[in-house]
This record gives sequence, structure tokens and C-alpha cells, in this order.
Amino acid sequence: MPTTTRTVEVALSTSGIGPDGRPQRTPLVVDDRGHAVPLEAPPSVEPDMGGEHMLINIGPQHPATHGVLRLVLELDGETVVRCIPHVGYLHCGFEKIGEYRQYNQIIPWTDREDYLNSPGNNVAFALGAERLFGIEITPRCTVLRVIAMELSRIMSHLVWMGTTAVDMGAFTPFLWTFQERENVYNLLEGWCGARLTTSLTRVGGMVADVPDGWVDGLRKFIKGFPITLAEADKMLTRNAIWVGRTVGLGVMTSDEAINYGLSGPMLRASGVAYDVRKDFPYLDYETYDWDVAVGTHGDVYDRYLVRMEEMLQSIRILQQAVDRLPDGPVNVQDPRIILPPKSKATSEMESMIHHFKLVMEGPRPPVGECYVAVESPKGEKGYYMVSDGTSKPVRWRIRPPAFINLSAIPKMVEGHLLSDVIAINASIDIVMGEVDR
Amino acid sequence: MTPTSQIQIAGSAAPHDAPRTPTQIPHRGGTPNPSAEALRARFGDAVSRVDVVWGETTVVVDAARVRDMVAWLHDDAGERYDYLVDVTAVEFRDLEQPLEVVWHLRSLPYRRFLRLKALLPKGAPLEVPSVWPVHKGADWMERECFDMFGVRFEGHPDLRRILMWEQYKEGFPLRKDFPLRGRFSRAEQLRQALAANPEARYSMEEISVVEAFSDLPDEMRQRLASGERTGE
Repeated sequence: MPTTTRTVEVALSTSGIGPDGRPQRTPLVVDDRGHAVPLEAPPSVEPDMGGEHMLINIGPQHPATHGVLRLVLELDGETVVRCIPHVGYLHCGFEKIGEYRQYNQIIPWTDREDYLNSPGNNVAFALGAERLFGIEITPRCTVLRVIAMELSRIMSHLVWMGTTAVDMGAFTPFLWTFQERENVYNLLEGWCGARLTTSLTRVGGMVADVPDGWVDGLRKFIKGFPITLAEADKMLTRNAIWVGRTVGLGVMTSDEAINYGLSGPMLRASGVAYDVRKDFPYLDYETYDWDVAVGTHGDVYDRYLVRMEEMLQSIRILQQAVDRLPDGPVNVQDPRIILPPKSKATSEMESMIHHFKLVMEGPRPPVGECYVAVESPKGEKGYYMVSDGTSKPVRWRIRPPAFINLSAIPKMVEGHLLSDVIAINASIDIVMGEVDR
Repeated sequence: MTPTSQIQIAGSAAPHDAPRTPTQIPHRGGTPNPSAEALRARFGDAVSRVDVVWGETTVVVDAARVRDMVAWLHDDAGERYDYLVDVTAVEFRDLEQPLEVVWHLRSLPYRRFLRLKALLPKGAPLEVPSVWPVHKGADWMERECFDMFGVRFEGHPDLRRILMWEQYKEGFPLRKDFPLRGRFSRAEQLRQALAANPEARYSMEEISVVEAFSDLPDEMRQRLASGERTGE
């Protein structure tokens, strides 16, 4: 019988500390004469695990799932055979609540679905509601909305890059990206007073014009941001660990990506040059000079490259928007849509009536329906609104890009290792507030 | 697993001037999407109406033929609606009005947008064919529509609740007869939440993953299927 030499078992076989405070080395198992009985070594033959599949549960509270996502994985060894995602832990019924709210009252709800992209959601909802009302917004408002959308794209991609880098074990880019994101938040705070839940738009305009000197702050950001981005790029793009952990993972061919309804950087990384801003433009995006970033391999690494490039393109758009920002009113001059200034509402009879009607009844669109899509950082975000002529929508449907991108995860993780599931899941850039709504 | 090297460019099948931001869109009327006429020519009676509202073409179609239409739109060289944007439903406040199931389709090569709509009269079972065989992306959209409205999608591989939990008994939240605060009282909701068995959130399909379920004795299987706690 072989005598064991394993330290753990020797330590376990002692009874503990003696009266003098020193560890007692008396074996627990002794024979009649007080001699230690050698411990039996475990059989050296490993059990045959072939063919046995294991079920493993990730989430809903796992930090690497970026929210309350739950993945049930069937593993063969360390390889994923099947993945069953579960969503809905954050479901709050936004669409149902929207049916009980006036159009302007819904805008704060749009902050909270994709909360990394609040200004973008506000703009998207306002665009949809304005289509439904038949309103044409002012030129200054159009450019301000472009600025809001591109700032929020940068903000969202920065969070994506930072958290994904943390998932793969790189902590430094996280600090840099969150530092830059803080600058964007400061700009937004100066504009509307809020950082995360901006509620930046109203039907027919914005909540406020940008304050004096705000544009200078934006110019400073436009100058400084590419430098930080270049640092992060130096840190990651040719980093052997980063490349090794992202290349060739979660590949979707272009046909698959289209068929699965992917959108945004997920679709473009697969080599499909589809961007709502180019193909179904809004807010005069066709008049800006910028390029669509397209990948070729459709893997996690290409999604990273596409998002990096998109941030630089956003800076290009921002620069042009700042240069062309026209003077003039921000809101449409229509008292049936836009609230009068408070001073007028308390001093002029007519303004008071408009104020009362707008607050108590809300603006009423004609009977109709529309689907308005914008390119959010996650993909094609659309609002489908149906009106029956009352001041509240009959149906307010959010087309959630993260939800539909996430639905392809079983296809993407199949055949990959368990640790790659984290990388693939991170590359989808999900925000559970939007997935569950 | 072989990546495609060819870059697909939206709008490449119909080269024309770059699209522009639409302005001054009329409320009703305007040029309908040419695909609406093509659908009518191909499917005849199954297309009952074509509307243009706010510049978007809506084709009201026979619910039973939806999958054929979507498949034809997907495959026909002159249409190529390869991108399914959304599947959802609309119920109106007037409960007499039929429930509408809406498909939003995009043709990336031709840069077109089309809305298909099927009207499901009240009183009849809410059933439409699933477009999952054509568009894999329809999977979760149809599950959500079933979850929220109770519309059954015939031919969907795994039609079960997605946002609400599987034992949810209050009905379909986005239906107009469903009150905003839910059907059950707060006390009842709390009681059910406390009594809920989290392990029962594994669907029967998942339990069968380890192929243990079918090996269990009959009586235990019935108890598990009814959501009883197993007790470790």
C-alpha cells in the first residue's frame, strides 16, 4: 500500500494545536501501538466522463453578463454544445406604460431603456413622434440633435470598450474610457442638467438650447478625445492577449447576420455596409462627410475594430456639426405643440390657454402610424407608433437592437469554449434595460 | 465558419442617387412602394388593401398566406426583402376592432421598407404562421409577441414566454383588457412571487438536456412538470 505524501492529507490528519501553541503532529489514525496508519491514496484512475454533458448556469447576477442576463449552457468538457438564454429579469412594461402617457411624458421612459444612450433614444422618440404629428423641426434643432446622437454613440461605445476590456483582463483602458465618458457627461450636464437620464428632447424641439460657451467645451472634447482613443488603441489593438482572446470568436457570416436580424456594429463587422444613417437617413445625415466602418470576418475582434472606427467617425461628424451649427430658434413656432415660456403663460391670456391645453390634454396627432428608425450605438433602434387621434399612443413599440442581437447568441457561442462565451457576450454590447424594457 | 470576404453594400442592387432625409411627408397618399403592386400581382386576393401613411406603405394581407409572401419577398430577385426588422402586434382601444399583427421588412439591396399587416378578428383564435423558417431573427420577436399579446405563431420551434416567466398566470400584458397594474392584487402578486419555485424556470426542454427527465419515474415526472419543489 503506497504511503501518501500529500501535504493536505498530512495536515488534515493532525488534531490541531497543542497546549504549548505549537501544531500537534499526532496522527488521527493510529494502530494499537500508537503508530500512524498510512493514509490510503485515492485510486489514480480518473473516472470516465466521456459522453457526460454538464449544465452550467451563468447569471443572472454574474458581472460578466453585463446585466441580469442568464445563460444556461450545456457543456461537453469545456466546449459549449448548447446555450439557452433567459431574459426578462428587468422587464418593466415600458410599452404598456407608454399607452397611458402623453407623447412628451414618454420621453423620460426612453432614457431608461438603453440607459447608456439616453440622448440618442430621446432624439429617436422625438423624431418618431414628429413624423406622427407631421412636424418639421428647425435647422438649429436638427444640428443639435446630431450632436446629441453622436455624443451618446461615443459614450456608449466607451462603456462597451471599457467593460469588455475588463472582461478580458485589461483594466487600464477601462479607466481611460470612463474618464472620457465623464467629459461627455459633463457636457450633457451643462446642456440639460442631467447626466444619465437626460430627457433631452421634446416633441417639436429640445428641452433647452445649449448654454453660452457650451460649444467651446465640445470643441475641446473633440480635440482631446482622439488622443485618448489613440492610447486605448495602442493598448489593445495589437495586444497579443487581446487579439488572442477575440480573433475568430462568434463568427457570423454576412448572410447569417442579415438573416438573424443583427444590426449596428454586429452586422457591419460581418461585412454588411448597412447603416441607417446612410441608407434611410434622418436629421440630414447625408450632408455630413463620414464613412461607414465595415469589418470582414464578423468575429469579436472585428466588432471591436468597427466600434473603434465608429467613434472616430462620430468625432468627424461632431466637428462638422459644430462648424455648421446655425443660429435661430430651437423649437418649432407652434403653440399647439410647444409650451409657451413661463413668463408669458402667467401674463398673457392666450399663452395661458395654450399652456393649460398642452399640460392637461397634450398635443394630439392625427390618426396614423409610423416606424422611425435611427442608428443607435447598438444597432437599428426603431419606434413604431400607432395613434388613434387621442393624445396618447395606442401602441408604442420599441424595436430593441440589443434584444435581437442577443437572440443570435446560441448560434454564436456554439462550439466555443466556456471562457469565450464571456467575450462573445461582451461583443454583442447588450444593455439589459433595452433587452427587457 | 468561413468568413465571407465580399462586402455587401446596402442599396447596391438599385444604384441611384444617395437617399436623402425625407421632408414634407404627406399624412396620407404618396407613391406606394412598388413591392405592394408586385405582391398584389403575385398573390391576388390575399392582398386586401394597400395604404400609404406618412410615406410608409402598408399592405394588409390574408393572415394564412403571410409566410408564403415573406418567403417570396425574401427570395424574388426583384424584391429581396432579406432583413426582418420587427414582428409585433397592435390592439386598439375599441375592442371590436381586429387585432393587427405587423411585420416590418427591409430590402437592403433595394433600400425599401414595407409593412405587412394581418387583421385577426376578435373571437377567433389568434393564430398566424411563423416566418421563422425564412428569417431566423423572428425567433425572439415572435416569442415576445406571443408573450405580450397571446398571438400563436404556427411553426415556431419554441414558442414560450420570454419576458414574463413561464408560470405567469395573469394573461397577456399588452392586451387592452389587461389593467395597467396587472390582474391580480398586490397581495396576490406578492404571495405568488414568494411561492414561486425558481428552479421551475428551467423549461422542460432544458431539463431534458441532461436526459434525466425521461428516466425519472412517472409519478415524479408529473410532480416536476406541475412545478413542485424537488427538495434537495
